[in-house]
Amino acid sequence: MSGDTILEARNLVREYHTKEGMFGKPVVTRALKGISFSLERGKTLAVVGESGCGKSTLARILTLIDPATEGELLIEGEPIDIRKDRLTRELRRKVQIVFQNPYGSLNPRQKVGDVLTEPLKLNTDMNEQQRRDFAMDMLVKVGLGPEHYNRYPHMFSGGQRQRIAIARALVLKPKLLILDEPVSALDLSVQAQILNLLADLQEEFNLTYLFISHDLSVVRYIADKVMVMYFGEVVEYGTRDAVFENPQHDYTKTLFNATPRADVEHIKARLAAAHS
Amino acid sequence: MSDASIDVKAETRLDLLVNFWKHFRTNKGAVIGLYFFIGLILVAVFAPLIAPHSPIEQYRDAFKAPPVWMEGGSWKFILGTDAVGRDILSRIIFGSRYSLFVGVVVVSIALSVGIFLGLLAGTFRGWVDTIIMRIMDVILAFPSLLLALVLVAILGPTLVNAMIAIAIVQQPYYVRLTRASVISEMSREYVMAARVSGVRTPRLMFKTVLPNCMAPLIVQAALSFSTAILDAAALGFLGVGAQPPTPEWGTMLAESREFILNAPWIMAFPGFAILITVVAINLIGDGLRDALDPKLKRS
Ligand SMILES: Nc1ncnc2c1ncn2[C@@H]1O[C@H](COP(=O)(O)OP(=O)(O)O)[C@@H](O)[C@H]1O
Ligand SMILES: [Mg+2]
Repeated sequence: MSGDTILEARNLVREYHTKEGMFGKPVVTRALKGISFSLERGKTLAVVGESGCGKSTLARILTLIDPATEGELLIEGEPIDIRKDRLTRELRRKVQIVFQNPYGSLNPRQKVGDVLTEPLKLNTDMNEQQRRDFAMDMLVKVGLGPEHYNRYPHMFSGGQRQRIAIARALVLKPKLLILDEPVSALDLSVQAQILNLLADLQEEFNLTYLFISHDLSVVRYIADKVMVMYFGEVVEYGTRDAVFENPQHDYTKTLFNATPRADVEHIKARLAAAHS
Repeated sequence: MSDASIDVKAETRLDLLVNFWKHFRTNKGAVIGLYFFIGLILVAVFAPLIAPHSPIEQYRDAFKAPPVWMEGGSWKFILGTDAVGRDILSRIIFGSRYSLFVGVVVVSIALSVGIFLGLLAGTFRGWVDTIIMRIMDVILAFPSLLLALVLVAILGPTLVNAMIAIAIVQQPYYVRLTRASVISEMSREYVMAARVSGVRTPRLMFKTVLPNCMAPLIVQAALSFSTAILDAAALGFLGVGAQPPTPEWGTMLAESREFILNAPWIMAFPGFAILITVVAINLIGDGLRDALDPKLKRS
């Protein structure tokens, strides 16, 4: 692909070594078995697969939290290996993540304002006033208000918390945002609001999304390209229309058959209902 | 229905405190314990003003004088005098200083070192964890008072050494508690999110994770405060803690044990002082646990 590629993964493998009990023998879980794909700037790649197929593992590798066991990761053409190199501020700022569970992803002892200014404090040279102003702006951009700045996370609903998590991810002006099932813990009506917010933000900041989900209707609404994973392997990878209209792999076909309400009309109706 | 419209009053640290007090207040025993403890602190602070006599002055005309309500007692020595004519009430009042001092020092040492080691073990795991926890297991393998006794025997019998020994003996509980909380917190998503925000390990340990591990530690601190007082009294009783004529409660017990039959009050009052103080602090600890950490509540 000659387009503007922001991220490229080559043959990523991730193994977890665990021990069963104190004297048990070591167990090796191969969570990713050689994953390759690339991401085009400003587009959305949806990653679909059932629970336990390695989606979150992939998200952690791409966000540079965990290293891959094998394989290469290139961000804007630059190879990155967090086992060897210390992460620079610049690199840190390029990729950010929003987690699935908005109740677990915010520190209960941290005020919203501190949640948003901490990344700025650690990664930029802004002074306190600038950080504060910037965080306030970001709060407004995600649909909250300056009055929420001094509150603790437990005072917010799930949807509001997810907005805070999105704001935290965006304060560093990342180029790539990994969304690990960002709406699957939310009510349907709130899901639609968050998806719309994500679409607006993508346009405003020219963001690239890697959107992890197991909900095909959501994927169909938001994705440009779709990657289907099955037990740590990519079994389908192509444009949204190609994958949805002409699934190649048996697993994809079963997946689509198991989700009867994945047609466009149904989703539009659902989203419309959620908006009113 | 917009989820952004839910509006709640801003909450400050003060509100959190008020909220905590509301929970704490429902536990009557804890409140009584707290009042007693506050009273004890006042007594300790103002001991020279409250005490009717000096704690070490010997009245040679009044050996083993009985307390005021017994035959032969007088208002001069309300709780009587001991075998060498010292006023027991004054000694108990001054003794509260030592007990509180022991509690504060032991808990401070055990808590700060315990938190530090527990954070290290829980954060780095691997061999750091193994070394720290095996040492703690070794400490736990000895009966605590026996170990404290051995340590004091090595260090020398003074109150300060007794405190150090007791702090070492109590260490493992804090380390284990901190480590367990740290491990469970470390796997939560907010910690991962903090890492992605660029928070490095030291800040992650102390600023992100530690505040979320404090509730069980505060409870443990309250409960081990009383254990420390008890252990210090026990060491004093065995003659390896505070040395005479220090009016330490355990030491007072030890000095008086040969008069238990003909002058039982000499032994009874310091014993009561220890008992009531320990019970009061344990009641506070229970109340703290219920108010801070609903998960630990006995159902
Ligand atoms: N920290 C870990 N240690 C050991 N095994 C893990 C760990 N994280 C995930 N796994 C295993 O890797 C596999 C993929 O997990 P995950 O990436 O969380 O899947 P998904 O997000 O698609 O549900 C699962 O079998 C899981 O048990
Ligand atoms: Mg997952």
